Amino acid sequence: MKKLLSALLIMCVPVFAQAAGPAVELTPAPINKDDKVSLQRGAQIFINNCLGCHSAQYMRYERMAMDLDIPADILQKNLLFTSERVGDTMKTAMPTELAKKWFGTVPPDLTLAARVRGSDWVYSYLTGFYPDAKRPWGVNNHVFPDVGMPHVLANMEAQLGEKGFKEAMADLTNYMVYMAEPMRAERERLGVYVLLFLAIFAIPVYFLNREYWKDVH
Amino acid sequence: MSMFQSLMGWVDARFPATKMFEEHMSKYYAPKNFNFWYFFGSLAMLVLVNQLLTGIWLTMMYNPSGEGAFASVELNIMRDVEYGWLIRYLHSTGASAFFAVVYLHMFRGMMYGSYRAPRELVWIFGMLIYLALMAEGFMGYLLPWGQMSYWGAQVIISLFGAIPYVGEALMEWIRGDYLLSGITLNRFFALHVVALPIVILALVVLHIIALHEVGSNNPDGIEIKKLKDENGVPLDGIPFHPYYSVHDIVGVVVFLAVFLTVVFFFPDGGGYLLEKPNFEPANPLKTPDHIAPVWYFTPFYAILRAVPDKLLGVIAMGAAIAILFVLPWLDRSPVKSIRYKGIISKVTLMLFAVNFVILGICGVKQPDLHVEFLPFEMTYRALGQIGTAYYFAYFILMPFWTPIEKCKPVPARVRMGH
Repeated sequence: MKKLLSALLIMCVPVFAQAAGPAVELTPAPINKDDKVSLQRGAQIFINNCLGCHSAQYMRYERMAMDLDIPADILQKNLLFTSERVGDTMKTAMPTELAKKWFGTVPPDLTLAARVRGSDWVYSYLTGFYPDAKRPWGVNNHVFPDVGMPHVLANMEAQLGEKGFKEAMADLTNYMVYMAEPMRAERERLGVYVLLFLAIFAIPVYFLNREYWKDVH
Repeated sequence: MSMFQSLMGWVDARFPATKMFEEHMSKYYAPKNFNFWYFFGSLAMLVLVNQLLTGIWLTMMYNPSGEGAFASVELNIMRDVEYGWLIRYLHSTGASAFFAVVYLHMFRGMMYGSYRAPRELVWIFGMLIYLALMAEGFMGYLLPWGQMSYWGAQVIISLFGAIPYVGEALMEWIRGDYLLSGITLNRFFALHVVALPIVILALVVLHIIALHEVGSNNPDGIEIKKLKDENGVPLDGIPFHPYYSVHDIVGVVVFLAVFLTVVFFFPDGGGYLLEKPNFEPANPLKTPDHIAPVWYFTPFYAILRAVPDKLLGVIAMGAAIAILFVLPWLDRSPVKSIRYKGIISKVTLMLFAVNFVILGICGVKQPDLHVEFLPFEMTYRALGQIGTAYYFAYFILMPFWTPIEKCKPVPARVRMGH
């Protein structure tokens, strides 16, 4: 195992040097961006587990609830832990100083993580923890070697089993992709109308041009 | 007399409104044989207007400070403001579209010899626009204050450090600080939203005034003003308005279809229009794994890296742009258009275009990587060096082959339908 790992590490070195591709094969994230139920489950996992240490300081609770059809009372009762108002952004309650002391680094803001890394990376990372006695938390990660984060969701993995855990991580990934660009659905919907308008507008434009140019030889 | 006519009469007695409209639109005679390549001038104007309008609205919501810039883009503009995301994507995609359109516009000029006498000043004003546009794009790229904004600007500013004696002081003067900071962001913001747009607009006016003074070139490179009818109208000319105004609208619709497809469906452009590390706020303590400029600067970045010495690299990069300014005097062919030039000009121009794209790829890739698309072993550094050599050889050798190659006879009248 040790040999295998070091071989893997050596293989990664040139890749890191160029940083053109991921260190390991990424698993494609099995997500459906329009599946609201999956997004709601993902939001729940995110707020209950990730927000303890990470912030999503460019995302407001209210926006999430509106986009994902989460009723106001459920939002207020079940999802607002670290904040008092629905219009607040998602900020972790963990003080920066303590974070540095505990983990050696401040856990990064996750609002845009899916846009920085890509959905496949996020999914592979979330499902990529493996035991490693050499690390302070006893775990390491396939896509993020020597990561500072413990396997926070280990209990969930034990409870749900491999299949259930992977589904939950797909939901979480799906939510993080949504959170990184909450206007995606609106953007694509509007885009279709804009292009349809252009297609129709092109007809008079084409004939106007032809009408004028028919005398030019 | 209609109300409109009497109103125009009143205005014309005080301001040359009708006269200007006629001079630049309805009695500006353009060659009737414009082809596809002639859309990009008006499209550049369209993109300029897009950048100005979306830019004004972005300015209303953007916070030009080291502490607030990233959040004002990612939280306020992208999420809080209604359609803020659309304005931002129009502006970010517009920047790339501007360069795409301008590159095609410049290539058109190179193909048909639009820089040749009497259009040298049209070309030089155009080159100045391109130069101002590069400064505008570079400074605008710092404003989102992401990782790539920060480190990209760091790399470019450090180029000035290569200048002997004054380099260090010059870098400090540009940054306004000992390191790239919110102070730099502030001044780049001022230059990006006020100073450079004024310069660009003024240059566009000069470019068009110069063009309308000498008249447009065309794919045949024939001076249409040589043959005029009894009213002084060029035989091969048609009034810009309405012929080319209705024609350009077709181009606008096709362009918008492509442009808006990117805006609405691929705003990241696969990480080439909005680079992935730029979704992380600027962090002076953490260098990204791989710093590459945005795609429209990469050909020149490849030239910079092709030279092992930093100062000489900077000089080569500057020379690569400077040499374009003197292109009108390097081309000594008896004909203007590539249609009538000899085989050497045709082949070398085509290779020049391919080479420019290859240089662009070399600028994106790490120099030590092997080139995937070649059947033999070669690094991107070596390929970039060959590309750089070709880039300069093309211009430096042009005065020697252009007068001696065998050209085709140029007809007296323009040809339609090519």
